[in-house]
Amino acid sequence: MPRDHKPKLAVWKFASCDGCQLSLLDCEDELLAVAGAIEIAYFPEATRSVVRGPYDVSLVEGSITTPHDAERIHQIRKSSKFLVTIGACATAGGIQALRNFKDVNSYVKAVYATPAYIETLEKSTPIADHVFVDFQLRGCPVNKYQLVEVLSAYLNGRKPNTPSYSVCVECKQRGTVCVMVAHGTPCLGPVTHAGCGALCPAYNRGCYGCFGPMETPNTAALGEWWRKLGVSAPDIVRAFRSFNAYADAFRKESEVYEHPNYQG
Amino acid sequence: MNTRTIKVDYLARVEGEGGLHVKVKNDRVVDVKLKIFEPPRFFEAFLRGRSFTEAPDITARICGICPVAYQMSSVHAMERALGVTVGGQLRELRRLLYCGEWIESHVLHAYMLHTPDFLGYPDAIQMAKVYPEVVKNGLLLKKIGNEIVTLVGGREIHPINVRVGGFYKVPNKRQLLELGEKLTLARKLAEDMVRFTAGLPFPEFEQDYEFVALRHPNEYPYNEGRLVSNKGVDIDISDYENTFAEEHVAHSTALHSVIKGKGSYFVGPLARFNLNFDKLPTDIQALAHEVGAKPPVLNPFKSIVVRSLETLYACHEALRIIEAYEMPEQPVVDVRPRAGTGWGCTEAPRGILYHRYTLDANGLILDAKIIPPTSQNQKTIENDLWHFVERAADLPDDRLTWQCEQAVRNYDPCISCSVHFLKVNIERE
Repeated sequence: MPRDHKPKLAVWKFASCDGCQLSLLDCEDELLAVAGAIEIAYFPEATRSVVRGPYDVSLVEGSITTPHDAERIHQIRKSSKFLVTIGACATAGGIQALRNFKDVNSYVKAVYATPAYIETLEKSTPIADHVFVDFQLRGCPVNKYQLVEVLSAYLNGRKPNTPSYSVCVECKQRGTVCVMVAHGTPCLGPVTHAGCGALCPAYNRGCYGCFGPMETPNTAALGEWWRKLGVSAPDIVRAFRSFNAYADAFRKESEVYEHPNYQG
Repeated sequence: MNTRTIKVDYLARVEGEGGLHVKVKNDRVVDVKLKIFEPPRFFEAFLRGRSFTEAPDITARICGICPVAYQMSSVHAMERALGVTVGGQLRELRRLLYCGEWIESHVLHAYMLHTPDFLGYPDAIQMAKVYPEVVKNGLLLKKIGNEIVTLVGGREIHPINVRVGGFYKVPNKRQLLELGEKLTLARKLAEDMVRFTAGLPFPEFEQDYEFVALRHPNEYPYNEGRLVSNKGVDIDISDYENTFAEEHVAHSTALHSVIKGKGSYFVGPLARFNLNFDKLPTDIQALAHEVGAKPPVLNPFKSIVVRSLETLYACHEALRIIEAYEMPEQPVVDVRPRAGTGWGCTEAPRGILYHRYTLDANGLILDAKIIPPTSQNQKTIENDLWHFVERAADLPDDRLTWQCEQAVRNYDPCISCSVHFLKVNIERE
């Protein structure tokens, strides 16, 4: 596709740790090449220069947690041809969505001496709850190679090639012996979206689900297996309630084990 | 009457969201506010009811730039609460992991975020067109730092291999030796970095600070030591909250820290260097003297030189650890839950990071307190701007605004962390 200008990239931040946008700066081998192919039009973590929109691709990091941010995301959508969310905060609400299970006012009081200074929403919500999102890249943090793939895909007018199977497939590809079968280590790998390269099992620990639920995960069957391995119901609740706590499949499964009628 | 407002609505090249507002009336500064509007995420609240085992993974998510620091402060706090000591090669591996984070974070800040200010470029990518070798070498050095974190921690951002009591899996000697070869190159690149940054043009600006850092009898501080200052603080970290206090102010979601009865203080590379110069290897001391960085360094703009010297130290220390490494038989020591309170304070790249947890008998967190380095520096940054703007008030607004941003970036502020933290806005009257 012939272009008369370099495509413009913008990177936006909402409630987050900055880790996903840092992944772009962590592409030490690719950074200067990427910067040569595109115009970095808005990326405050990296540059003080700002180019006005509209933008060809907007990468959005972080979740919506304040009334101001709930407005701001609409402006960003209007000025973006493609909007891609990066990371667990933007796609599922992040670890800060743990407030969604509690009364946020009690949280404000627990942290701040003068709660009146703090403006926050009751829930931390993903970007797609507010505006149309073209593509969601998973991970806490995202995988930097997948990030480069997604950028490259949108800049070249094709779909990103990021597999949607579970972490189990990545363990097999890597040749890692199943930690759950061989060692009885509880693992969220069977219900967790691929992308990390099955890191945790390669380090002899169970997957803790930082890429969030895969498509149609069988969380109920996995929960039962965890019970058979001797994991307590409160521990299962905590396992499903971490960096993707408010992703539908993980949220619902955590609620099963917390329900007063649950017979464990 | 001549009023002038310098404002930066969204400070760039810092991690997180903040701004700066400076009001000048007849060439006198009348107000400085470092604004932090990073949305609050309430970590201390939702840590309640979580298991002690989860703290390193959860608190890492406070900051994508220095997750290792959060993991280290949390594991040390938990181990103190549970009466566990991690020594020997496991302790050395933690130090090695921290070396990786210091290299990665210091180089990111020095080359990509701060140097462009000194040379007048909006960012490192524009700078790379004129200084291609500088930027390429910076990226290479940063990459080697990240490779340490990846090998020991599993991945560079939010490592997965750190746990209370040690690690899930430890590397073998051969893996470390392969890393050692790259570190020999890194040490050379870090030496170049020291000489390059020492040659940058520095504004004349020295202040009388109270520096606070860890001090350890045998080593340049990372994970352990007493908290000391150049003005009389010398405490065990369990006395942190008796010595320091947090204040909540309207213009910031980050809490401001002060030394009780005294006021602002300074944490980070300059504080560590000035208080622990004698613990640096003699060749690094000699290089510091050669490039004119003699302690005490009181010009915060020279923090970039000290950050480079610390990068060199981290390469040196990583090599020492790798050469002496013997793979431990067990990756973790035995840890059992019990009720108690524990404190952890480690040297994040930007300064001391304090954690305190109280646990119940099952190891569930009853109460958590986390005080990141940037909120401790926030008041000092405001003081710097106050004095700096008065001195530089004859500059045109655009120049003054840029230099104010540069003065803030001296501290490598990590605003995502300080949430529990930038716009520059200078108003002249």
